[in-house]
Amino acid sequence: MQTVQRPPLPLRLLRVRPGGLVPIIALLAVLLILVAVRQPDFFAPPSLMSFLGRSAPIILLAAGQYFVIVSGEFDLSVGALVTAQVVVAARLIDSEPAHTWPVVLLLLGFGALVGLVNGLITTRLRVPSFITTLGMLLILLGAVYLWSDGAPKGGLSDEFRRFGRWAFEDVPVLGRVPYALIVLLAFAALAVLVARSDFGRTLIAVGDNPRTAELSGVRVWRHRTIAFVLSGVAAAVAAILIGGYSGVSFQAGAGLEFGAITAVVLGGVALGGGRGSVVGAMLGALSLELLFALMNFYGVSGALRSTVQGAIILLAVAVSAPRSSSR
Amino acid sequence: MRRTIAALAAVTLLGLAGCATDEPAAGPSGSASAAGSGTGEQSKFFVQADYDAELALLDATATGPADRPWEQVLNPKMVETAKFKKAGPHKLCFSNAALNNPWRQVGFKTMQAEVEAQGSRIKEFVHVDAEGKDQKQIADINDLLGKGCDALIVSPNTTATLTPAVTAACKAGLPVIVFDRGVDTPCPVTFINPIGGYGFGHVGAEFVSQRMKPGGKLLALRILPGVDVLETRWSAAKVAFDKAGVDVVGVEFTDGDPAKTKKIVNDYIQRHGTIDGVWMDAGAVAVAAVEAFQDAGKPVPPINGEDQLDFLKLWKDKGLTAIAPTYPTYQWRTPIIAALRILDGQPVSNPWKLPQPTVTQENLDSYLDLDMPPLHYAMCGCTDLPGYPQRWK
Repeated sequence: MQTVQRPPLPLRLLRVRPGGLVPIIALLAVLLILVAVRQPDFFAPPSLMSFLGRSAPIILLAAGQYFVIVSGEFDLSVGALVTAQVVVAARLIDSEPAHTWPVVLLLLGFGALVGLVNGLITTRLRVPSFITTLGMLLILLGAVYLWSDGAPKGGLSDEFRRFGRWAFEDVPVLGRVPYALIVLLAFAALAVLVARSDFGRTLIAVGDNPRTAELSGVRVWRHRTIAFVLSGVAAAVAAILIGGYSGVSFQAGAGLEFGAITAVVLGGVALGGGRGSVVGAMLGALSLELLFALMNFYGVSGALRSTVQGAIILLAVAVSAPRSSSR
Repeated sequence: MRRTIAALAAVTLLGLAGCATDEPAAGPSGSASAAGSGTGEQSKFFVQADYDAELALLDATATGPADRPWEQVLNPKMVETAKFKKAGPHKLCFSNAALNNPWRQVGFKTMQAEVEAQGSRIKEFVHVDAEGKDQKQIADINDLLGKGCDALIVSPNTTATLTPAVTAACKAGLPVIVFDRGVDTPCPVTFINPIGGYGFGHVGAEFVSQRMKPGGKLLALRILPGVDVLETRWSAAKVAFDKAGVDVVGVEFTDGDPAKTKKIVNDYIQRHGTIDGVWMDAGAVAVAAVEAFQDAGKPVPPINGEDQLDFLKLWKDKGLTAIAPTYPTYQWRTPIIAALRILDGQPVSNPWKLPQPTVTQENLDSYLDLDMPPLHYAMCGCTDLPGYPQRWK
């Protein structure tokens, strides 16, 4: 990733620094060129719009995961949380249009609650977040399985599914703009605002050196807990989009936590915290999806995707490790 | 310190990634280019004689009441059961492989309703759910043998592993009735199931290959490899596709998951531009496959599903070119009926082959009941049972 530093002109505006955006933008550009060579149709507006719409959930999850990782923690529970939310939504909505909005609110609240529990257990009970969120993953999957007797029940209303499936039709130039893309843009803007706020900057300091942050008067536990809550809410929004896109499924969120973590790492955010940007994390998710699309165009088996994710995580740690020890 | 934590984190993540995404190896698609029409090697489960027999049964006329297909038999071979004759009311015990999909949920509710309908003759109905685990089911069957059951009904989780447990149950002297998936022993009094996987796979494959444009690209979607009832469906479809000279561009495993299915179909649409036909070995994800075409703005090609109502409704609403072979859930009624007949000493057929109707464009309306939930199966044969329709909702 570090070898492809050929920033095009507009990127001069961005400062080249560790954890900066240059490597990920360069990677994205390379991927775009490769896709353009292999499958030029991909850039036709309908296909591009549908790609962006489908990538919205993982980009949102990456944004949520960014806050947790940059504060020095991990959230492994987001995939299970997405699955739980989709199954719960189907059972509560039970194909009844009138239940749609209450359930949407409930899901957002549920996501925030799971994040809060993750955060409090990690910060107040001092359980490493790896263990906390791994436990949460198992608890959520087990609880959902128990609650639904092992087979999803009920159904999602069309009103619920439209967020993930429908689109504004007949938009000039673009043709079809998925609702998911609008939801993504709104939440991405929100994520950037939060990341640039005092809270967002302090969070990086917390991840960089919690002791120093603590001594300079930051309530580390509170910041980290809020980061987990943000990740939980991001998972709730992603669940609404994913449930809308594919319907009720016990595997709706399977593997998403790794997708999100890989994306964040790819976007130049340091595992262990203290460095990175939320825009980088979201671009990382976009690059990862583009990479998978490219693999698909070349007929590479989908089974290799987890291998690629693993390689990226390893490579990212290997690349970032010497730098952090030299500081 | 930071470095150690990060490295530890990465290692743990990798370990988790490995076990969470247990995607089956895409063997068939990998070897696709080798074989002529892309269908790959024939399944190890394929038995020519069984295939021929099942295809013949598709045209056979069933004996028994026409309006009660769960009591009908194709090519009956009656066996004597006088030695099991016993005064009622009876205690029936049921060792169930799992309840982990809508098909089994609907089936089990149908069975419970049948028990209720026969309430005067059944004093107790014991149900044990093995939750899809062979070891649990072996233990379950063993436990049930000590509970004074008058008859034992088994729906085995897997064929080979459960055979010794079923054999042991037969030796205990009570009548054993096996249904749905089979076992490798002739010892049960009867084995109840519909025509079977070859019939299912053949009906769908023949329809899709006839309706799609000649030389078109077909995508085959399978749930998972290695299960006999699903392997037979695919192997019969493979024979049909090879015969029709269809270009099978992919054979993929979906795990029965709509999210994964939609992604796979979408990938194929993007990679090939168009897909001219879709065959699937089970209908649970048919709706997801159709949606993938709709969301990509492509016409839905000829496709087969199953008798799940969400698919039938979509078929009707969107005017799809479709067919729905079935693996009818009404077969869950039959074991109760068989058990009571056996305990009466009446002869029953072994094997008890049930008819396996197909939903076609012509009879679609008669199976589409909009009042029932989307995951309900039309072929439940449950409309005359106590608690209908509330029990199935």
